[in-house]
Amino acid sequence: MNNEIPIDVALSMYGTMVRIRRFEQAVSELYARGKIPGFLHTYIGEEAVAAGVCANLRLEDKIISTHRGHGHLIAKGGRLDLMMAELFGKATGYNKGKGGSMHIAEPDLGMLGANAIVGAGAAIINGAAFTAQYLGNDGVAVAFFGDGATNTGTFHEAMNFAAVWNLPSIFVCENNGYAESTPRRQHQKIQAVAQRAVAYDMPGVTVDGNNVGAVYLATRSAVQRARSGGGPAFIECQTTRWRGHHEADQQHYRPKEEMLTIEDRDAIRDWRNELLARGVSAAQLDEIEQTAAQELENAVAFAEASPLPDPAQAYTDIFTPVSEAL
Amino acid sequence: MAATERDAVSLGGAAPVMSPDLIMQVAPGTPAREMSYQEAIREALREEMTRDASVFVMGEDVGKHGGAFGVTRTLFDQFGGARVRNTPISENTIVGAATGAALVGMRPVIEIMFVDFSGLAMDQICTQAAKLRFMTGGQCQVPWVLRMPQGGGAGKSTAAQHSQSLETWFAHIPGLKVVLPSTPYDAKGLLKAAIRDNNPVIFLEHKFLYSFRGLVPDQDYVLPIGKCDVKRVGTDVTIVASGYMVWHAMLAAQMLEREGVSVEVIDVRAISPLDRETIGASARKTGRVVLVAEAVRDYGPTGEWAMAVTEQAFDYLRAPVVRVTGRNSPVPFANSIEDGVWPRTDDVLQAVRQVMAY
Ligand SMILES: Cc1ncc(C[n+]2csc(CCOP(=O)(O)OP(=O)(O)O)c2C)c(N)n1
Ligand SMILES: [Mg+2]
Repeated sequence: MNNEIPIDVALSMYGTMVRIRRFEQAVSELYARGKIPGFLHTYIGEEAVAAGVCANLRLEDKIISTHRGHGHLIAKGGRLDLMMAELFGKATGYNKGKGGSMHIAEPDLGMLGANAIVGAGAAIINGAAFTAQYLGNDGVAVAFFGDGATNTGTFHEAMNFAAVWNLPSIFVCENNGYAESTPRRQHQKIQAVAQRAVAYDMPGVTVDGNNVGAVYLATRSAVQRARSGGGPAFIECQTTRWRGHHEADQQHYRPKEEMLTIEDRDAIRDWRNELLARGVSAAQLDEIEQTAAQELENAVAFAEASPLPDPAQAYTDIFTPVSEAL
Repeated sequence: MAATERDAVSLGGAAPVMSPDLIMQVAPGTPAREMSYQEAIREALREEMTRDASVFVMGEDVGKHGGAFGVTRTLFDQFGGARVRNTPISENTIVGAATGAALVGMRPVIEIMFVDFSGLAMDQICTQAAKLRFMTGGQCQVPWVLRMPQGGGAGKSTAAQHSQSLETWFAHIPGLKVVLPSTPYDAKGLLKAAIRDNNPVIFLEHKFLYSFRGLVPDQDYVLPIGKCDVKRVGTDVTIVASGYMVWHAMLAAQMLEREGVSVEVIDVRAISPLDRETIGASARKTGRVVLVAEAVRDYGPTGEWAMAVTEQAFDYLRAPVVRVTGRNSPVPFANSIEDGVWPRTDDVLQAVRQVMAY
């Protein structure tokens, strides 16, 4: 199955996952050193979801993200230097240092924002999907969210809304088995999160979220369907959160045996092996890794060297200026 | 930098700090222990749960994990999962379920992780729970407490969706009581009162205060909801403040004493129902009033307090009322600009000097 994925796409997904992993490892370490303030939720272990989904998207397609959002922006083409600066709270960041990790956004890349309110994105993405439908283009819009988010009223309303309007909305659930400290079996009864889709007469599938090929292929059919007017879809990606809910989380609630097996599945290592089996040379993959490492080094240097926002910046961007044409 | 350090630096000189002895509420000789604001809240929960089997706790991750800030930690071990209940991420339903339980005789204490998430529950809070007593002509009562951490100012960079002070959202709704404790002593006594109250009570805990310590009496006590507390008696100027801002006011008062200015500090404690009389009486005595609240300025609590002053003390005023508030801006992420949006001790000092110089 994965072998049918064009090799350039397969390589690009590898690069995306590597960039995300490197970025997250770096910010985790920088956070520990006090370089990054606020809450920091890392995406380590979940890279294959963002990479596999976004490999199906065009620049004009929209995505919306969560508190765990760095990977989504990277997968949509985000620049590591501007991201890093944002996480540092520097004036040169994507959002001038006003948003930070939980609110990072880049509309020019179709990334409508990380969001610190669980479940909120599922509602917002329907508006972007509707706009594509309304304008008659074949754009799609993807909402990423966690297993915990599927217990919010907003999520259920959004699923129903997308279904009855037949919107090109794709709901991607990153099921990492936890909502903060609460294991999934304690916050929902259903076997698979994808069962939720049944209630809205929407196709719902469960895929191995550690297999970037499987994520890619499941998304490909959902995207094709949505682009051709077939309506919304729900994709559950089963994955693992390698680190704490956020970087300050000691994870006392996670059983010891589980802690020992967290890294057993590694989407990047697995994909690397698949690529090698497909005849890609180790040297080529190493080069991808080195490029990412270099990019990251530059990003950190850029963030370090960037100026802090001026205090007056706290009072700008509150309202959008009214256009002169009014 | 923590707000306390920053304030100390900006004040210069002998670096006053927000130490517990800034606010002494327990008479010498009274059996008491020093504890943090967070421990005081936990102790109130523990005592009320022990006292009354209809009291139970629910919220996201409040079980073994102890909630987002660890406030309910150990309650699960003591009372078990039947009374310390984890919920899914479903704020509106959590509050709705609390209302249902309260209608039929329970006394739920709900935790929403951050006041910022109360937006998802506003129908249940403001349009259901708050109005049921009235709509049923007094047939029903809704005795729940909704605990929510709020505020910022600790240099924590929690940004625009995790740092707000939203007390006036709730105070604008008749039928809700809104409490903002500033000390461990007040937190415990007011929470116990809130749990025993037969109305929905919004209990707003300031995140930065969780680690603040103070004396709490050993004996069972409750504090009245709807009475201001005079935290410091003075004659020249009245500072009205709530929550964390009370500490800025007290620190400023201590500084000003060295300048020969006698400051009275009124801790509003509950912004609804508002004890206008205590505010008015103090204003009549001093003739000069400074209002301090962390919430953004426009339509924030200080507007209502100023009105109370005008209504009750206009003829006695020797200077226009001045206020110190959070700036009218969503809270920015970057430390460098977040710092500027909160009121600080310096701002309070300046405001007092301004009314004194008028
Ligand atoms: C409406 C709302 N309620 C609660 C929270 C606090 N919170 C932040 S993340 C989180 C858990 C989310 O779990 P999940 O959706 O599975 O995402 P994950 O963190 O596992 O990626 C919670 C409860 C919030 N941000 N918003
Ligand atoms: Mg999860």
